[in-house]
Amino acid sequence: MHRLFLLPTLLINVVVILIPACLTIALAFFNWDGMSTPHFIGFGNFVMLWNDRIFWRALENNIIWTGIFLTIPIAMGLLAATMLLVARRGGTFFQVIYFLPVVIATVITARIWQGMIYSPVTGVFGYLQNLGLPLVNPLSKPSMALYGVATVDLWHWWGFLCVIFFAALRQVPQEQIEAARIEGATFWQMMRYVLLPGIRPTIILMMIMTVIWSFLVFDFVYILTQGGPAFSSEVLSTLAYRKAFYDLNVGQAAAASIIISLFGLVATYFYIRVQSKEGEQ
Amino acid sequence: MSLIESRLTLTITYIVLGVLTFITLFPIALLILNSVKSAPEIVQNPLAMPESLRWDNFTRAWDDARFPTTLMNSAKLTALTILLVCTTGSLTAYVLARKKVASWKIVTFYLLATTTAPIQLFLFPLYFGFARLGLINNIFAVALVYTAIWSPFAVMLLRTYFLAIPRELEEAALVDGATPWQVFAKVMLPMASPGILTVALIIGLYSWNEFLIATTFLQQQDQMTAVVSFFLLSGQYSSDWGEIMAAALIIVLPVVVLFVALQRRFIEGMAGGSVKG
Repeated sequence: MHRLFLLPTLLINVVVILIPACLTIALAFFNWDGMSTPHFIGFGNFVMLWNDRIFWRALENNIIWTGIFLTIPIAMGLLAATMLLVARRGGTFFQVIYFLPVVIATVITARIWQGMIYSPVTGVFGYLQNLGLPLVNPLSKPSMALYGVATVDLWHWWGFLCVIFFAALRQVPQEQIEAARIEGATFWQMMRYVLLPGIRPTIILMMIMTVIWSFLVFDFVYILTQGGPAFSSEVLSTLAYRKAFYDLNVGQAAAASIIISLFGLVATYFYIRVQSKEGEQ
Repeated sequence: MSLIESRLTLTITYIVLGVLTFITLFPIALLILNSVKSAPEIVQNPLAMPESLRWDNFTRAWDDARFPTTLMNSAKLTALTILLVCTTGSLTAYVLARKKVASWKIVTFYLLATTTAPIQLFLFPLYFGFARLGLINNIFAVALVYTAIWSPFAVMLLRTYFLAIPRELEEAALVDGATPWQVFAKVMLPMASPGILTVALIIGLYSWNEFLIATTFLQQQDQMTAVVSFFLLSGQYSSDWGEIMAAALIIVLPVVVLFVALQRRFIEGMAGGSVKG
């Protein structure tokens, strides 16, 4: 009887995720345009990716992205969360504000930054240019496009981490904080020896999730630059999407997807280990 | 909570928190400010106050983004997804929380694994499969995809609510001769209703805002969601940014109002689902 209770969730999950995922793995070894009969080509798709400069650029961008998101938003989140703890009053107020960008649709966030901030015509950057400041639209410069996109995602994302870290910090035993305070710990000492070790599991979990999410990043890149200019901000997920739906090269798209998944898989292994440990408590 | 009392520390703290507040609110302020300005005014200075309030931005956005249809589609899709995730998710969460089946460990493991599966890993075969079955431009089919993607999150969150319900309640019902279904529907489900409400809010937020799946699977004009319609409207070259910001505000406003009103639930749910498991 109780097995039947599991049936709807599992059925939907298997049909939408598991079976197509297995098909993706199979498709990676075929040449397929989405319509005609697929041709088996062994590792051909992987070889073509290996020889594709854009693929390496995309992979590099994903790694840069992971590096950015493992440091800046986590540092911002931790700093703001600790300060919320220090401030004592206004915690809820600041939390709600910092969390606002998380609930705004990615498309809208992207367009606000694109049109109202970065744009040389309608944005703040354009206005400051007219006043003589040497600002350029980062999205149109190959050397800066990725960072321009990352800034938008950063704005959208860091508040989530802040709220999670703040929730975790409030669980740190009061006695430890008191003891450190009585011994005259400074703010940084308090952070280094009491608060950060106290929320270590949460920080580790968020770092694992950051790695997973960094290899999935799609929306902001696709909306803001489509991977351009000249593929300078291409990431693996936009590359796979373009290959599948614009070039109709589903086999190569599948191969790229598998590479994305491999990076995720390593992180997922750690994620499940941490999560199931907590689940058993 | 008394951490560090020095006046200097407190001042620095509030300055940092204030700067972060400014960074967060600045783009949102630009959104609101420019939604009531004319296009030439925005080109002149996006930071200036509007000379007169251009409410016609909203009426033009309403027509150009075909909001009567697309907002309705978003609402349908959101409602369907919430319904599907809450019904299927609470059943699964209950069974997993109470370890009703021997395979509970494997099922939990499998669901955790799928929460981290990249969309691209299943997107392409799913798309071409749906195309063959005639399920492109079908809101129900997209709701099923959303359900598959988000129900593991919902199950993990709901599980914690079921875990908190005292076992005695369930046992008492069983002693009184209730069937497993009655135990679930009459005893457990009402007790877990705060959790279900939280899940409904978060899943509602996700499906209202979702872009990648919606833009891939719902391309026909009359099936499009508001977010996709906004994406197309704002991607045109001859863009009137006053109108675009007005359209953005129409999509964002209900979400932000709901979020501010129920912020505790949103934040606890989103944090709880991803942190506590």
